[in-house]
Amino acid sequence: MADWVALLSFGPDGWGLALLQGAWITLSVAVVTLPFGLALGLAVALAFRSSSPFWRTAATLYTTVFRGLPELLTLYIIYFGIQLLVEHLIKLAGLQSQFSISPFLAGVVALGLVLAAFSAEVWLGAFNALHKGQVEGASALGLGRFQTFRHIVWPQLLRAALPGLGNNWMVLLKETSLVSVITLQDTMFIATRANVVTKEPFLFFGAAACIYLFFSVVSSIGLWALERRSARGFAPVGRQA
Amino acid sequence: MNWCSLPGYWIGFEVLERYGCRLADGFLITLQLVGWSFCLGLLFSLPLALMRLKAPLPVRALLVGYMTVFRGTPLLVQLFLVYYGLGSLRPFWQEMNLWWFFRDPLYCCLFAFTLNTAAYQAEIMRGALQAVPRGLSEAGRALGLSKGVILFRIELPQALMIALRPLGNELIIMVKASALGSLVTLYDLMGATKFAFARSFDLAIYLVAAVVYLALVEAIRRLWAVGERYLTRHLVARA
Repeated sequence: MADWVALLSFGPDGWGLALLQGAWITLSVAVVTLPFGLALGLAVALAFRSSSPFWRTAATLYTTVFRGLPELLTLYIIYFGIQLLVEHLIKLAGLQSQFSISPFLAGVVALGLVLAAFSAEVWLGAFNALHKGQVEGASALGLGRFQTFRHIVWPQLLRAALPGLGNNWMVLLKETSLVSVITLQDTMFIATRANVVTKEPFLFFGAAACIYLFFSVVSSIGLWALERRSARGFAPVGRQA
Repeated sequence: MNWCSLPGYWIGFEVLERYGCRLADGFLITLQLVGWSFCLGLLFSLPLALMRLKAPLPVRALLVGYMTVFRGTPLLVQLFLVYYGLGSLRPFWQEMNLWWFFRDPLYCCLFAFTLNTAAYQAEIMRGALQAVPRGLSEAGRALGLSKGVILFRIELPQALMIALRPLGNELIIMVKASALGSLVTLYDLMGATKFAFARSFDLAIYLVAAVVYLALVEAIRRLWAVGERYLTRHLVARA
């Protein structure tokens, strides 16, 4: 037991600090991916609702591909693909230069693309929950398209989408563990390296599990509070039996 | 020439021609892994969900803990805990005559995936059982039916219908998650693809794997939709 405490300590022989840094990277990847993925997801949802068949087909194709591919495969294709593409472009431009994409960027792009595909469904459901009369009422009041979206559609959309988006966030938190395979030094990467050095798999993967669990539990409490806040002004729907 | 190197030969893709058979073997392993872990998870999920709802408090608390931990941590962590963690207890398993199990990455994946998907499927079942209107079981009690009959003939059929769609989603999630096996030296479809890429440095082989995964997911989605329509055909309003 004493060994374990020493191994997790913050001293020179302990992995405590490294694990905390890993947890920080995990959180950063998730937090940076979130706005990018949600915004792209909203754009895809709007494409679904577009009157042009081109945009609708494109949106269907996009969600089918990124919902169906294993996240690990998406990550590899983005990581190696962007690298090869840019190198190819550099060669086409007649320049001599090495290029390597940062694992952080590749991770954020790959996870963001996947998040967009899943959140598009949530946004779409929220759009469907929005009563048509709301938009009609806004136009009767003489609001412009942007004003209607900003003041009428958006607040209601957000409330309807919140539970689903919260779910997306929880999935994203866990998926960030994949970026360790493209050498980003997140929680999982540190735990793997610590295991290689110390041969204490239970300790370090257990510690990693605790870190993820901590993020999950804190998120679900936060989401619960957020949902309650967004539902204020609505009469509580019956008491639980 | 083997049948599995033919697709690569036809489209003139040399890397696929050379590694086609490895990919085909990997595909079979992916299918086995997903099929077994999903079915085992399904088998465990129902008793787990019932215990989660009706067992005495200590058992319930234990199950809430199990489900929270397995649904709150990445599958990758769980897989590494099994493969590196349990796999490091070699003398113990040898004494128990179970070393053959924890030595093999396929069984480790199966073990971790089953524990994981059982937790998710139990949660789906719990939600479905709770969504069955209470009046149904009350009516059963009023008719003097026994508890077993009420559960198996009234509540469960209703609950399974509600659970059908989320279960299909869980199966698709498992297909995608099975790619993680490649990180513990399993040569599933993803592992075979990584092998081919490491030998050839041809990124197109990843695109081949992408097409196979997409086809598999799409096939499951369609089959599931057909099954769902069949099982709920009595609910469809007749024209």
